[in-house]
Amino acid sequence: MAEPEKNFQPDMEFFVDMQRCIGCRACEAACAECETNGQETMIHVNYVDRAHSAQTTVQVCMHCEDPACANVCPADAIAKDSNGVVHSANTSRCIGCSNCVLACPFGVPKKMEEAELMMKCNLCYDRTSVGKKPMCATVCPSGALYFGTREEMRKMRPNSDPVNTFKFGAQTVNTKVNVMMPKGSTELRVH
Amino acid sequence: MAKLPTSVDKIVEHYGPHKAYAPKQGFHGREDPDKLVKTHCCFCGMQCGIQLKVKDNTVVGFEPWMEFPFNEGRMCPKGVVRYLQNNHPDRLESPIERVEGEGFKPVDWETAMSKTVSEIKRIQSTYGNDAFAILSGVSLTNELSYMIGKFARVALKTANIDYNGRLCMVSAGAGNKKAFGRDRTSNSWADLKHAEVIMICGSNVSETFPTLIHYIWEARDNGAKLIVVDPRETPVARTADLHLSIRPGTDSALYGAMLQQLVENDWLDHNFIDNHTSGFEETIAAVKDYSLEWAEEVTGIPAESIRQAAEMWGKAGTSFLMHARGIEHHSKGVDNVLGCINLVLATGRIGKPYCGYGTITGQGNGQGGREHGHKCDQLPGNRDITNPEHRKYIAGVWGIDEKEMPGKGLTAYEIVEAIHRGEIKGLISICFNPVVSLPNNNMVREALEKLEFYVAIDFFLNETARHADIVLAGALHEEEEGTGTTAEGRVVKINAAVSPPGNARTDASILQELAARLGVGDKFAFENSEAIFNELRVASKGSTVDYYGITYEKIEKNYGVFWPCPSLDHPGTPRLWEDKKFETPDGKAHFNPAPYRDPGEPTDKEYPVVLTTGRTVSQYLSGTQTRRLGKLMDSYPEPLLEIHPSLAQQYGIKERDLVKVVTRRGEAEFPAQVVTTIRADTVFIPYHWGGRKSANQLTIGNLDPISKIPEYKVCACKLVPLGRKAPPASESDAYQSK
Repeated sequence: MAEPEKNFQPDMEFFVDMQRCIGCRACEAACAECETNGQETMIHVNYVDRAHSAQTTVQVCMHCEDPACANVCPADAIAKDSNGVVHSANTSRCIGCSNCVLACPFGVPKKMEEAELMMKCNLCYDRTSVGKKPMCATVCPSGALYFGTREEMRKMRPNSDPVNTFKFGAQTVNTKVNVMMPKGSTELRVH
Repeated sequence: MAKLPTSVDKIVEHYGPHKAYAPKQGFHGREDPDKLVKTHCCFCGMQCGIQLKVKDNTVVGFEPWMEFPFNEGRMCPKGVVRYLQNNHPDRLESPIERVEGEGFKPVDWETAMSKTVSEIKRIQSTYGNDAFAILSGVSLTNELSYMIGKFARVALKTANIDYNGRLCMVSAGAGNKKAFGRDRTSNSWADLKHAEVIMICGSNVSETFPTLIHYIWEARDNGAKLIVVDPRETPVARTADLHLSIRPGTDSALYGAMLQQLVENDWLDHNFIDNHTSGFEETIAAVKDYSLEWAEEVTGIPAESIRQAAEMWGKAGTSFLMHARGIEHHSKGVDNVLGCINLVLATGRIGKPYCGYGTITGQGNGQGGREHGHKCDQLPGNRDITNPEHRKYIAGVWGIDEKEMPGKGLTAYEIVEAIHRGEIKGLISICFNPVVSLPNNNMVREALEKLEFYVAIDFFLNETARHADIVLAGALHEEEEGTGTTAEGRVVKINAAVSPPGNARTDASILQELAARLGVGDKFAFENSEAIFNELRVASKGSTVDYYGITYEKIEKNYGVFWPCPSLDHPGTPRLWEDKKFETPDGKAHFNPAPYRDPGEPTDKEYPVVLTTGRTVSQYLSGTQTRRLGKLMDSYPEPLLEIHPSLAQQYGIKERDLVKVVTRRGEAEFPAQVVTTIRADTVFIPYHWGGRKSANQLTIGNLDPISKIPEYKVCACKLVPLGRKAPPASESDAYQSK
């Protein structure tokens, strides 16, 4: 387990509110500004069905409690720290095998072919480890992405509840990242 | 002046637009900047606070400015990557001169300045002072807007000055002045959060003002109902309680029918109407026959939806109505605006907490730029150039005889028409790209070819400046100090982060030298931008747009100051008209009849489809800046023709099929994007591109009779499917010009 930084604020959580996403891609542009990404974006915005709606969704690493990507990594390149942040692949260990890409239930890690590396969000560790917010959640103009405490979020969005339990069939995945759901929701059943 | 000095391809090869993905020197070392400069975004009217990272006199990145109260660190994608403009490979770093057959060559400032001034003098001595015109832009600071207005009247002594706000929100400005006597959004955006009903008319807020959307979402968390009037289901319309998908060009019918519903159901504030307004009776008389059924027929919106909108609006306790270009870009833009204002006045929801009304200015300094005197009909402080008292006051500030001050000149589109007719022979432009941004731009290009002399001040060689004889390398937003005024009326400080590169100069210093060479240097002897601002403060003193009590120090200390601010001890005015005293001659807010009339070019058998235009989130106006930023280009690389499946089916058009769009002004080809999020009788094209992909080849120059704004938002077109798929998007294709 990786050692957490002292200035990381463990009560801060990440919230995604798809309803508010306006598809502007400010998060993608800002993510690429992270000093550890090599100017690649680790967050992705997609249209759900552009033929019928302007609705977009945003996919960020969910930072799973029991991360499948780390579990299947044969090189022990992916590690979760005690703050719950699942870190990007250690570049000296990653062998580019794509196991993590195949294992992630949320489809988050991407293999960067030219570098033979797995790439995914590390919750802007360069920023969160020094008490700042992740770049994507900081710039998000619509509040679709938010980084703060659960208490703040409940106060701000009285009509929604944060959910971080996902059911993939019989499998339950708990995450550090929350998705905002209608009031009273406790889990999101994917299938 | 003649056609372009060489082929478009050669010009593009040298001057771009090229896409920048990284600072010229790379990203290395930027994590340790020399300084962070607190300033504001250079794009839309929100003017978000931002901190620029500076290293070795280059902007190398940004850091969110969490303390700035409007956006608290939030940014849109344009703001995030704007830093890549600085040190961009296309940046003009010295004056350049046209060389026939070859393109342009760098020249020294002495050559550029002396040729410019001798041509100005030659043209004016031959044809008269008004034969030399000036076109400016409102991406410029308040200081530059003020200085350009003064430069036109004092140095060039021409009446023919106008600005690109004429393409933006002048309909709103004219409507505001008629109704209230003052032209500003009534409240700060903070009031939006607690309004019970928000009505957005003709504004794709989520793509054009993304950081404002946060306020709307917050209001909805607080229980606000949202009504959106738009022919497209935009991201903000997608979640509205009521989306009124209106036929373009019929807005005043909707607002008239809603007003009639307010009257019929007595959803009126009689106390406010009786005591604080005038013109109510004649205004409601004008809409007495506007039944819901009639309005449905005209607007294409179901009668029941119009009734619901009127009820939602009429019964609310607090409300905020906002509009933008969707209702302003019409040959009856002022009527549309007045129709909206009538709804606000009828319910008396203005000058109160959580009750507001206003336009959302599109350009960065759209608000401040329309206050300080570079409109053809206006002097600083939004004073009237035809008013003897106003003229006398400003002449006194400028130290000239009032009789020497030119009168009202032509508006922007009219200036270009006058050039086309051969009446105006010389032009100076600054921060304006009419070849892309004016309607009917084939005419614009022809006009430029008739000029005897054209000088542009700009930092990139945009599509218009390619026609210039001389281009003076000016300054980017981050290279010049000044102030801007946001769409909510907050005056903010623009701090210079770096100095202009190479031999480029600040726009202020260029204008100062030109003025000196034209013999009036003493009138422009400003030591710095603060000195210009201090003269502006005096020039605005006592006007409806009073900046006198605002100082640089006060702005920095308070994160901006809302005008009016008439004295140094005044805190500024976030919410107007709380005393119910309006700046009209009778002190009352004025209802104005706004009867419906058809758009200038209705559809017919030959041109059966409505064409409307607008923006995308990744681009800004004519794209001079944003089409040079790689990430923005990649997210929406080329203009698409949005078309409804039922209309597409009539023509056998499928996704990515290439379609020729033809109007009476021109034709252009676009890939189809088949979506149900647009009306079935309307197609939409974003207008940010030039050359073959320019939507403004098609749009029409019908002008509103009062504001003289062109009717970008509606004209008639026909669609010709070309029977083949569009090739992959390629930026270079956009510049294969005629």
